[in-house]
Amino acid sequence: MKAAVLVFPGLNRDRDMIAALNKIGGTAPAVVWHQDADIPDVDLIVIPGGFSYGDYLRCGAIAARSPMMDKVRERAARGVKVLGVCNGFQILIEAGLLPGALMRNTSLKFVCREVKLEVTNTDNAFTSGYAKGQIIRCPVAHHDGNYFADTETLARLEGDGRVAFRYADGTNPNGSINDIAGILNAEKNVLGLMPHPENLIESAHGGDDGRALFATLLNKAA
Amino acid sequence: MTLRNDIAITPQLVADHGLKPDEYQKILDLIGREPTYTELGIFSAMWNEHCSYKSSKKWLRTLPTQGPRVIQGPGENAGVVDIGDGQAVVFKMESHNHPSFIEPYQGAATGVGGILRDVFTMGARPVAAMNALRFGAPEHEKTRHLVNGVVAGVGGYGNSFGVPTVGGEVEFDARYNGNILVNAFAAGLADTDKIFYSKAEGVGLPVVYLGAKTGRDGVGGATMASAEFGDDIEEKRPTVQVGDPFTEKRLLEACLELMATGAVIAIQDMGAAGLTCSAVEMGAKGDLGIELDLDKVPVREERMSAYEMMLSESQERMLMVLHPEKEAAARAVFEKWELDFATVGKTTDDLRFRVLWQGEEVANLPIKELGDEAPEYDRPWIEPKSPPALEADDVPQMDIAEALLRLIGGHQCSSRRWVYEQYDTLIQGNSIQRPGGDAGVIRVLGHDSKGLAFTSDVNPRYCEANPYEGGKQAVAECWRNLTATGAEPLAATDNLNFGNPERPEIMGQLVKAVGGIGDACRALDFPIVSGNVSLYNETNGRGILPTPTIGGVGLLPDWQKSVRIGFAAANQPILLIGGPAERGTHLGQSIYLRDLFDRRDGDAPHVDLAAEKKTGDFVRKLIRSGVATACHDLSDGGLGVALAEMAIAGGIGANIVDIEDHNPILQYFGEDQGRYLVTLNLDPQGDEIAALWNEAKSLGIEAPWIGTTGGTELILGKARAVSVAELTHAHESWFPSYMSA
Repeated sequence: MKAAVLVFPGLNRDRDMIAALNKIGGTAPAVVWHQDADIPDVDLIVIPGGFSYGDYLRCGAIAARSPMMDKVRERAARGVKVLGVCNGFQILIEAGLLPGALMRNTSLKFVCREVKLEVTNTDNAFTSGYAKGQIIRCPVAHHDGNYFADTETLARLEGDGRVAFRYADGTNPNGSINDIAGILNAEKNVLGLMPHPENLIESAHGGDDGRALFATLLNKAA
Repeated sequence: MTLRNDIAITPQLVADHGLKPDEYQKILDLIGREPTYTELGIFSAMWNEHCSYKSSKKWLRTLPTQGPRVIQGPGENAGVVDIGDGQAVVFKMESHNHPSFIEPYQGAATGVGGILRDVFTMGARPVAAMNALRFGAPEHEKTRHLVNGVVAGVGGYGNSFGVPTVGGEVEFDARYNGNILVNAFAAGLADTDKIFYSKAEGVGLPVVYLGAKTGRDGVGGATMASAEFGDDIEEKRPTVQVGDPFTEKRLLEACLELMATGAVIAIQDMGAAGLTCSAVEMGAKGDLGIELDLDKVPVREERMSAYEMMLSESQERMLMVLHPEKEAAARAVFEKWELDFATVGKTTDDLRFRVLWQGEEVANLPIKELGDEAPEYDRPWIEPKSPPALEADDVPQMDIAEALLRLIGGHQCSSRRWVYEQYDTLIQGNSIQRPGGDAGVIRVLGHDSKGLAFTSDVNPRYCEANPYEGGKQAVAECWRNLTATGAEPLAATDNLNFGNPERPEIMGQLVKAVGGIGDACRALDFPIVSGNVSLYNETNGRGILPTPTIGGVGLLPDWQKSVRIGFAAANQPILLIGGPAERGTHLGQSIYLRDLFDRRDGDAPHVDLAAEKKTGDFVRKLIRSGVATACHDLSDGGLGVALAEMAIAGGIGANIVDIEDHNPILQYFGEDQGRYLVTLNLDPQGDEIAALWNEAKSLGIEAPWIGTTGGTELILGKARAVSVAELTHAHESWFPSYMSA
């Protein structure tokens, strides 16, 4: 199982993501700079969190229009798994790989705290390491994570089992509709989520509830 | 409009540049002619208080700055301390007070940006940040707006840059109504053999400009920060810089990448007084001249004059001296990160600072006199008079439970969650203890068990009453907070915030506080390795409380053995270690008096430095032996507030036994110094705890068993029991309800 981490200027959780993939998978992922000619032949492409291009204009909007994202789109169409976390999620939405929008948090403030997540669906390559309905801990750290989609899109997401994670136990930190924290594309090989499972994978983090996501993707025991 | 270079130098113009008549005379004597307009700007930038430390230098020299682990003390961009295994921690604290009051978001943001740049300029990747914030009274009309803006600015910059905020302080006092304090701390990690300095070496080498383009923002900022505020501060808004954390993040990556190529001989970030200060420092330190050609400086505005370019404080810029043969490789790194790279000058052997602009020489000044030989003052000072101690029987009474709830739910002791949840506290994945405890703790990347602890402390109430004891106390509390996590305090950085030094009573505060800081640092083997002085924190003649903030760094050989403040389990004995047998005796300058009785009288508590050292070393040993399950130092609000904080953090109550024949108000709210609460995983009747008490006794340290953890209530002796839920509610409510009011 080979993984690559895409880096756009301004992303800053790339090192956290690389460390998590390395620690859980046992090998370091390929690191792909946005101007590189191509993405190596991998099974998983990860777009980590941060502030690509300063989040100027709109979160993820500039990175989403990078030629590198055309390559991500091609790979995704061929079935390669794509994971976007936080700014990575925002980029996937801006690039049209996932539906809806991520608006400013209802508090209008950046929020960094631990929340509870319900693993809403597990019939996909990302969350099958969890039990359906399982409640896990996970930190969030974002300013624009307020998920929104129109009624029709929302019905499709819910009906097709494409909501991967939901904020649970009243911990929705940003006002997301239906408490949505992470969603899948129709083929279920693209996942975007606002929380940071890569920051909860070992005892130093005070817990390892995020580990199963990566272990499943990398075919490793959690 | 473009400013010309041939503007006539009038006494008014000199005064507008913050230069006193005798300082101007010194300039005339030095260069033997009238300075040009650009030269006057350069002198004002270099000789203002902010850049030259002219009022404080004499006293700063008295501070201990050496130690077996100190690699670099004050005088560079940041201090460097050895943490073993070929690694060093690089850190500094710096104020951005004046700009943050004028424009809170950008002022605070660029304060964070500036301190991060100081750290990575030395070759260190930033791994932790803190900020010590002081605002006016909560009820003051501007306070809420300033808190909102400053906190958003700190978060906006630090979060985007990608450094975890691991600690800090937030305090309110009416004496900051007209001058808030924003003291930003950053620490980074570097290899001891890859530290970069600002001292230029070699003649005829390229001086290279890197980073963002130069604009008109911040022109005259350092001069502004060296003057008092009047009612015209709104007019000073254009002197505040605008931050761009995206550029800073790219600058960090580009600088570290460039440093790894071996191309860098010397590097200096452009902070206060921008291009002027960075070029002069590099040359003066290396005993070299510098020649700059301003036509090569990347600019983002048209028709900028030499004066504006030399005084611009545009952010995210660096100046380097490079090995000429590696210039192309260096350029490639910066082009990759889409940052400006321009050779703007060269080093010379004539010790002159020469500036060319549109083919004309607009400045030609002696570089040493501009830089390290700037004026220095021995300003007159008067011995501060401390208020008389409280009478022994002057103990205003209040129901203990009621007092505790009001304090824990008041502006001084309430939770700062509203603030720190706006900061990314876990990015980089190494945060072991996040804000809310005694100190922030991170693990050291690249090492199996090593950790670093960070805290910032000062008690301005004590410093106002008794600057010498207050200075000592700031250092002692910082040292104590590091110790309470199990860390060995390594070294500190000081950020001295005072009023107008031209007033002898303010100068007296500075002199005595620095004396106290020095004595405490010597007694505790805790050298000062970097720092910053912010004077003229006055509005309309009224100064702030003297606020010498101390930022400290400690080392944990094994972060898994560090402890937190929260009670860890029920049925564990609680020991009060250190201080007098009566538990609490000193109410002068306490939060109890100030916040419950509106009294600011009495003397500050005395810090017994020998006892401090002995007690701290004992507590650290206990923690490292693995028998301590939680530890918390006693500070504002004394024993009662510390117990409540431990109960709230752990979600576990405790039952405390009073001592007879001693006023419970003093026991629970006295602010005697040098004390810790420790819970133990030992049988209170067993041999191990008996051995521990024997050891404490032989050392002359009080360590009474004052109670036991457990239950859902905090019971302070005979006082009404208070549920942990009620304490938590009070503790968490103040900040959000204040901010949403």
